[in-house]
Amino acid sequence: MTDAVLNSPIPAAASRTSAWSRGFAHFRYVMTSNPVTFLAFVMLAAMIAVAVFGPMMVPHDPLATAADKALKPPTWQHWFGTDQLGRDVFSRVVVATRLDLLISVSAVALSFVCGAMMGACAGYWGGWFDKLSGRLLDTIMAFPLFVLAMGIVAAAGNTIQNIVIATAIINLPFYARVARAEVSIRRNAGYVQAARLSGNSELRILIAKILPNTLPPMMVQLSLNMGWAILNAAGLSFIGLGVRPPTAEWGIMVAEGANYIVSGEWWLALFPGAALMLAVFTFNLLGDGLRDLVDPQRRT
Amino acid sequence: MGQLAIIFARVLQAVPTLIGIVIVTFLLTRALPGDPAAYFAGAAATPESIAEIRAKLGTDQPLPVQFWRYVQDLGSGNLGQSVSTGQPVATELLKRLPASLELTLTALLLSVAVAIPLGVLAAVRQDTWIDQLCRFVVTAGVSLPTFFTGLLLVYVFYFLLGVAPAPLGRLDLMHITPPHVTGFLVFDSLIAREWGTAWSAVKQLLLPSITLALFTLAPIARMTRASMLQALSSEYLRTARAAGLSRGRVLMVYAFRNALLPVVTTLGMVFSFTLGANVLVEKVFAWPGIGSFAIEALVVSDYAAVQGFVLSMAVLFVLLNLVIDTLYTLIDPRVQVDG
Repeated sequence: MTDAVLNSPIPAAASRTSAWSRGFAHFRYVMTSNPVTFLAFVMLAAMIAVAVFGPMMVPHDPLATAADKALKPPTWQHWFGTDQLGRDVFSRVVVATRLDLLISVSAVALSFVCGAMMGACAGYWGGWFDKLSGRLLDTIMAFPLFVLAMGIVAAAGNTIQNIVIATAIINLPFYARVARAEVSIRRNAGYVQAARLSGNSELRILIAKILPNTLPPMMVQLSLNMGWAILNAAGLSFIGLGVRPPTAEWGIMVAEGANYIVSGEWWLALFPGAALMLAVFTFNLLGDGLRDLVDPQRRT
Repeated sequence: MGQLAIIFARVLQAVPTLIGIVIVTFLLTRALPGDPAAYFAGAAATPESIAEIRAKLGTDQPLPVQFWRYVQDLGSGNLGQSVSTGQPVATELLKRLPASLELTLTALLLSVAVAIPLGVLAAVRQDTWIDQLCRFVVTAGVSLPTFFTGLLLVYVFYFLLGVAPAPLGRLDLMHITPPHVTGFLVFDSLIAREWGTAWSAVKQLLLPSITLALFTLAPIARMTRASMLQALSSEYLRTARAAGLSRGRVLMVYAFRNALLPVVTTLGMVFSFTLGANVLVEKVFAWPGIGSFAIEALVVSDYAAVQGFVLSMAVLFVLLNLVIDTLYTLIDPRVQVDG
C-alpha cells in the first residue's frame, strides 16, 4: 500500500532517474500496453486542438444565414450540409466544440475545487463542519440530478453561466465524497504525524502533504465527470435552457435538427450528436485509462 | 424483529432528507427572476393591482412566513396553480403521471431483462465475444446522449424503414383513448377489449421505451458483470463446486443470487438518471408525461409548475431509494446479523 502514484519499471536505475522521467516511462509503458488509452489521449488532444484553433479555420461563418441554400445535404461545398437557415453545419459543429468544452471544463473545475476543499476539510477536521456538509451533500444527492439542474437554471435565469453553476452544483457531491474519504484515511499517516512534529500548521499539512496524495483517484473521477458534464449541458440546452439561438452549441443544434430528422434531413442533428458522442466517449475512455494508470487494482 | 427495526430506522432517515428537499425547492423558486405578481396581473396592470396580487400570493411577506405558508400548502396537497394551463399543479402532475410511469416502467423492464443476462453471460464466459459485446455496450451506452439515440431510432425505424409509427405521442391519430382504469393505455385498452387501440399503444410505446432502456442498460450490465465476476471468484463458490454441486445449481443458486445484491443498490443510481432522461425522451417523442409538462412550464416561467415538478420528482426518488433499501434489507441475510 503505497501512496506513490508512479512506480518505476526499472528498479535498478531508480536512484539515477528523476521523478519526471520515471513518471514518463510509466506513462509510455501504459500507453503502449493499452492502445485504447493511447487512442483516448490522441482524441483528447485533437478535440482540444479543434476547440482552440477551429473557429479561426472554419470555411464558413457559423452565423451567416443564406435562405437560398437552406437544408442542403452534405456536399463538397458544405461538408456537413446546411441547416434550415442556410448556415454551414460543419462550421457550427467546430465552433460549438469550443463552447461545449468551455462549459464542461469550467463546470467540472468549479465543482472539483469546491468539492475537494469541502471534502478535505470535512475529512480532516470532522466535527460540525463534517456533519453540516454531509447533510448538504445528502440533500443535493436526494434530487435526481438532471431535475435539480433544471430547477437551478429555471430559478437563476436562462444563461450559460447558470448552466455552468448548475452543472457544478450537481457534480459537487462526487468530489466531496471522494476527497473526504481519501483525506480521512490519510489523516494520521506516518508522514502527516512527522509533519506535525516538525511544526507545520494543520492547514499546510492538509494542502501541501495530504491533498497531492489524494489527487490520483480524483483525476479519474474528473475525467469521467467531464463526459457526464458535457451530456448534462447538452441535455439542458436540448430542452431549451441556457444557450439561445443563434449560438452554435451541440445540444441546441440537435434540438433544432430534431424537427427535421422526421422528414429526412438527417445531417442537421446527426453531426452535432456524433460530435457529442465522440467527446463523451473520449473522456470516458480517458477516465478508464487513467484508472489503469493510477490504480491497477481497480481495473474492471 | 431485527429486520423491521432496520427498515424503520431507514424510513426515519428519509424524514430529514424530505425536509431538506422541501427547503431547497422553496429556496429555488423564491430565487426566480421576475415578479410572479406582475405576471399574474397582466400587461396593463397598475402598481396598486400588482401590490394587491402580491399580497394575495403572499410574496410581500418575510421569507419564514412564506415558507410556513408553503409547508401548510404542501400538507394539504396544494402545489399551487399552473399559470400556463390554469389548472392546479397537483392535478396536472397526477394526470400526466401514468404516461411517464408507463414509459419508465416498460423501459426498466426491458433494460433489466437484457442487461442482467448480458452481464451474467459476460462474467461466466469471460473474454469471449459476448464479454466484448457487453463491454462495448457498456462503454457506448454511457457515452450516448439519450435524446440523440431517440432521434437516431426515429430516423432509422420510422423514416428509413417505415416500421415504427410517427413519434406523436401515446396513440396514433386513428385511435381514441380507452376508458380510464389504470392510466396505462396498454392495460386500459386490453381491459376495454379494444385490440386495435392496444396494438397502437404498444407500437407507440416501443421506440421511446427502447431509447430509455438503452440508456439504463449500461450501468446495470456493468454492475451485473462486475458483481458476478466477484461472486464467481469467491470462496463459498469454490466450496460449492468442490462439494460436487451441479454447475447450473452453483451458478444460479449461489453465484447469481449473491451477485444480484449490488445490482439492486445500483438501481437507485439508475433511477436518478432515468428520472432525468425521462424528460429528454418525452421531448423527443412528444410523450405527454410529467417531463413534457416541466419543459413547457420552464419555457413560460411557470414557477409553481416547475417547483411542483422538482419537488415531486425528488420525493419520488427518495421513496424509490427507500423501497430499494428495504428490498436490500429483506433479501440480504447478513444485514440481520450485523444490525
